[in-house]
Amino acid sequence: MSTVQNTTEQILQLAAEHFKVSREKLTADDDFFQKLGINSLQALDLLTRLEQHFNIQLPDYELQGVSDFRTLAERIQSRL
Amino acid sequence: MLDLRQYNSLGEALRAALERWPDEICLIEADRERENVRMTYREFERAALPLACAWQDAGFKNGSRAAIIMTNQSKWLISAYSILFCGGVLVPLDYKLTSAEQLELLAHSKAEFLVVEYHLWRAMMQAEGFRSLGARVVLVTEAPPGADLAGAKRWEEFREERAPAFLPRSRKDAASIVYSSGTGGRPKGCVLTHENYLEQCVALTSLYPFWPGVRYLSILPTNHAIDFMVGFIGPFTCGAAVVHLRTLRPEYIREAFTRYKITYMSLVPLVLKNLERGLRRQLDELPKGRRRILNTLIGVNRALTRRRPRLALSRALLPQVHAAFGGELRALFVGGAFTEPATLQFFYDLGIQVGNGYGCTEAGTVITVNDFNPFRADTVGRPLPGIEVRILNPASDGIGEVATRSNMVMSHYLDEPEMTRETIVDGWLLTGDLGRLDGSGHLKLFGRKRNMIVTEEGKNIYPEDIETAFEGLPAKEFCVFAANYLWPARTMVGERLVLVIHLEPGQKITEELISRISDRNRRLVNYKRISGYLAWDRDFPLTASLKIKRGELADEIRRSLERSSVVAL
Repeated sequence: MSTVQNTTEQILQLAAEHFKVSREKLTADDDFFQKLGINSLQALDLLTRLEQHFNIQLPDYELQGVSDFRTLAERIQSRL
Repeated sequence: MLDLRQYNSLGEALRAALERWPDEICLIEADRERENVRMTYREFERAALPLACAWQDAGFKNGSRAAIIMTNQSKWLISAYSILFCGGVLVPLDYKLTSAEQLELLAHSKAEFLVVEYHLWRAMMQAEGFRSLGARVVLVTEAPPGADLAGAKRWEEFREERAPAFLPRSRKDAASIVYSSGTGGRPKGCVLTHENYLEQCVALTSLYPFWPGVRYLSILPTNHAIDFMVGFIGPFTCGAAVVHLRTLRPEYIREAFTRYKITYMSLVPLVLKNLERGLRRQLDELPKGRRRILNTLIGVNRALTRRRPRLALSRALLPQVHAAFGGELRALFVGGAFTEPATLQFFYDLGIQVGNGYGCTEAGTVITVNDFNPFRADTVGRPLPGIEVRILNPASDGIGEVATRSNMVMSHYLDEPEMTRETIVDGWLLTGDLGRLDGSGHLKLFGRKRNMIVTEEGKNIYPEDIETAFEGLPAKEFCVFAANYLWPARTMVGERLVLVIHLEPGQKITEELISRISDRNRRLVNYKRISGYLAWDRDFPLTASLKIKRGELADEIRRSLERSSVVAL
């Protein structure tokens, strides 16, 4: 059974790979728009990557108002 | 040409269309690979009339206000028609606002009726202020079985077969209240009349016609003024079909073009840029030889379409490119924010027309749009038929404030007579945008006169709305400005927000203060964040009711400080 912490870690790893930044530079409370310098469409791209990894479907609106990895992990965790 | 003169209201015009094309497809809704909905005009009417019965049973009257808060989907249009059928006034709200903001705007609009998607309703039920919700009848769509709806009803439950009474409206009656800004202090509720919409619809479809068989791809939510016009009223009054895509993910947008043989689509610059990037990547990946051939063909297309578009020729010259867009695309519409000329030119050279337009809610949606006669990447086109545009107090270079006059300009701002008087002067709507008209009547935009910014996603951000996020900050007073308002810049890109702080006597800017500012800033959605702060050492000029005189403060700041004084966060 994965925990939110575990899910967060996997998201950080995937985000680092996806946007080609070092994993060490990202923390759970980071604002991913700011830290990764991405726009809302690029964030949706990441969501697609996360869906493939966790084998779930996340409607676009799940990202609504979410800008940090921890909250994103919670949203994903609730669908695992 | 579309003739809507015999209709007095949107409800009447739509009802006539439903009767005229009962067997044409009007709505398709796709969620990724899955198609959720496909319905004809007859089926659309059958879905909408039971809702109209429900409204009327609940006391809906001519002029009753009904809000819709939904993502991009078919039930938005069905609900809107049921409201217009009953003579109601639509209040389309942005589903992307926070629940608290939605509740504030609902209160401001005094909407008695509400249609809302379940996940948004769930968030709203948990928000502070939910108890004071004034809407007395709420219909919730897509609620899971057994969900607690706090007294709201399920949208899908209404299947009444009685015929509801159609309630007529007159052309000058309000058709909608559309909020063109957020909630900070003074919500701007633009009251648009049936005449505004009917006239705009005729003007737009004279340039970009719809007919049965045309398919419009909708990715913007229908509360967006552009989508309401070209993704609902335009196609419906002409018997065309609207394809709703419930995701903005680029891979599904690309797929929808080919799957549904799309004719038109509206998008914001951010999505257009994304399409451009994807296309450029595909072109770059071609083997060198093929790339060279393609470049030559693009060059030939560019030369042959210099004076006017020649769609059939472009499709024949560049079949792979056009096939990627489904082969039937006639135009993309882009607006809501500044689009780089290079992007427009890139698509035009491929034979894909991008109707770059300019407008605002107050003007009834579109003011100018490129008519491709000939194509101009450097302007936002000419005024629509029936719209006058002039430049107020032009400087020596011809640049001044853009003003517009037509029967598409809104009636007024809801409950804001003073703001209405300042915005509509002698029948002319002052847009607050800076522009210049050239000899051929094309409008070119150069920046903004108002204290606001527009994001690449087409969101209007009013600095006043953002100040609440900084309330309680340890400082004497503070104020948020658009940097280009403080220091006018002739540019439409890279707009920024600045926090001006006036500290208490003896107080210093400390790391702790900056970290508190940054913390508050992070709580804002990304596009609403300030990019820097400015320390100010004088009292802010205030009105008798202790409100900041923003214009005066901006003048003082402009006189004594330069843009370089802003400290980046």
